[in-house]
Amino acid sequence: MSETFLYTVEVFLNGLMAGVLYALVALGFVLIYKASGIFNFAQGVMALFAAMTLVGFQNGQVPFAHLINATFGVHVSTFGWNLHSVVAVFLTVLVMIALAWAVQRFVFRHLVGQEPIILFMATIGLAYFLEGFADLMWGSEIKTLDLCWAVGACLPQGGNFWIEDMTAGLGGEGFYGFFIDSLDIVAAVVAMVLVAALVAFAQYTKQGRAMRAVADDHQAALSVGVSLNFIWILVWSLAGFVALVAGIMWGAKSGVQFSLSLIALKALPVLMLGGFTSIPGAIVGGLIIGVGEKLFEFLIGAPFLGGATENWFAYMLALLFLVFRPQGLFGEKIIERV
Amino acid sequence: MFYREAGEFRTTYKEDSQTFPIRFDRWRYYFVLFVAICVIPFMVNDYWVNSIFLPFLIYAIAAIGLNILVGYCGQVSLGTGGFMAVGAYACYKLMTAFPDVSMFIHVILAGVITAGVGMLFGLPSLRIKGFYLAVATLAAQFFLVWLFNRVPWFYNYSASGQINAPERDTFGILITGPNTEAWATYLFCLIFTLASAIIARNLTRGSVGRKWMAIRDMDIAAEIIGVNPLTAKLSAFAVSSFFVGISGALFFSVYLGAVEVGEAFGINKSFLVLFMIIIGGLGSIFGSFAGAAFLVLLPVALKVVGVDWLGWPTDIVAHLQLVIVGALIIVFLIAEPHGIAQLWRVAKEKLRLWPFPH
Repeated sequence: MSETFLYTVEVFLNGLMAGVLYALVALGFVLIYKASGIFNFAQGVMALFAAMTLVGFQNGQVPFAHLINATFGVHVSTFGWNLHSVVAVFLTVLVMIALAWAVQRFVFRHLVGQEPIILFMATIGLAYFLEGFADLMWGSEIKTLDLCWAVGACLPQGGNFWIEDMTAGLGGEGFYGFFIDSLDIVAAVVAMVLVAALVAFAQYTKQGRAMRAVADDHQAALSVGVSLNFIWILVWSLAGFVALVAGIMWGAKSGVQFSLSLIALKALPVLMLGGFTSIPGAIVGGLIIGVGEKLFEFLIGAPFLGGATENWFAYMLALLFLVFRPQGLFGEKIIERV
Repeated sequence: MFYREAGEFRTTYKEDSQTFPIRFDRWRYYFVLFVAICVIPFMVNDYWVNSIFLPFLIYAIAAIGLNILVGYCGQVSLGTGGFMAVGAYACYKLMTAFPDVSMFIHVILAGVITAGVGMLFGLPSLRIKGFYLAVATLAAQFFLVWLFNRVPWFYNYSASGQINAPERDTFGILITGPNTEAWATYLFCLIFTLASAIIARNLTRGSVGRKWMAIRDMDIAAEIIGVNPLTAKLSAFAVSSFFVGISGALFFSVYLGAVEVGEAFGINKSFLVLFMIIIGGLGSIFGSFAGAAFLVLLPVALKVVGVDWLGWPTDIVAHLQLVIVGALIIVFLIAEPHGIAQLWRVAKEKLRLWPFPH
């Protein structure tokens, strides 16, 4: 086997792993869109907010410390304790549920029945609000996220040596083996478990059935006694939980910082490709985009176009695809009537 | 009281359908024009021009452009920053290629080039709608910024990758470069802003504007009554991009002077202009001005209050600004979807009767 081919395989595998992470963010979008018809642009900022809150709890940071210090002339920064990761994750989930309640209570309850595009713009406003709020609350410096659920059992960092050793020498002396991030493997497993759990939840629980009913028809669901408000809060909480998982994975990979919120922009073409209403679509779309942009960058972008094509390739791919199939791969057919 | 119509008799259709039908309104408009053209140029200094007037005028053009697309034609675009970059780089290439030509022509040509690019990226709008299109326009945003960053021809192979506006003039008066006079840059931008507003106002109340609005309100119905969606949508994209391109050209050449594309024309610029028209008022030319003024003045006001009076560090004020803008977007969408322009309209209605109750 030639080296170029092996490198291409390596790029392909890394693309698959990156695609899983995109899919993880896209999943949050799909959940909210299915149940409420809201295209939630704030999903990426929710991931940032969740990750920041998690780190804040872990390190015992005082919320709004910066603002308090500036206003009252004091010097508080931390409570002086370090919370266990499991406790911090639990508290963060509570915060995300509170956020879901607040969003439902103060924003979307007042926008029921508006056009989808108005709701979309409202979520852009929400994204800005949440971003400023997160920075005010926890400070905007880059933080590292280490998640350890027991002594010595943390989220892994760096390349996976086992795979590297196993594949070394496949392409002769010059080939050192596949470099695959251990964190990506963990993320892929977590994503699979999460998707399975979400599907099981939607299929086999009472709340899940109610959720699907709401997704199908708001009015009909309302008339058979499903509480719309409760379902929407539930869905936003689930999306918050997915955001937390995505935030942990991305935060452990590249640090908790502003750029984390930009992963939402990565997830958008995934959605366009996969269709806004389909959980399998989010996964398949994520894999296609992840593999596609890595391969394009490796084979065409870097040698011929000056590199950094990852920023736009996904969008262009999605755009071209949409022209031929406007509803995406797995999306429902759009039927319009006057 | 102020907007009373008693004694105003209109005898022709022309008088009846003018932009400012009430006499007081008309005189107020002339007064504002008079102040803007004949008073302010003699009073401004560099600080006022650079921190308030230039950004206001330039963003107002961009907001008018985007408002035509989003407010009048209903095609949501998040690619404004990218199109502004097209205007800026087109203007730069023209300025360096033809140094002796007047700046007026450069800026207008930059607008024309942007209109072409805008139509190209507007083509998918024939197939895809709503936020699918909004997301699709992000493709334009990212692709254009990447293009100007990576292809050295666009920035004339300069080492830094920046573009710097050389000194160019119109009628012998310096418009760009470091040695300009405050009044000259102000007047130059003002002319473009006024022209854009007048053109946009007249386009939107003519047959073209009616076609756009028909497409916005219900595209299939519009098609049935004989509006060609191809020409309507593409003309909206072209006109909108033309204005956005002009604002990008002015933004680079007159206002900033030196630009790095990712920083000046990033995705945040797209959102900023979108917020201007949401807060100002979708589907209203006055709203574009109001929104631009509001979002240009807000950071200045916050800086004065937060940093100078309360003594907060600048980063807190920056974060607070995000919170306030985000909250305002939501509040406006909930409470007044037609923005400041609608508040102004309601105030005018009240003033017509004031102080009488009916």
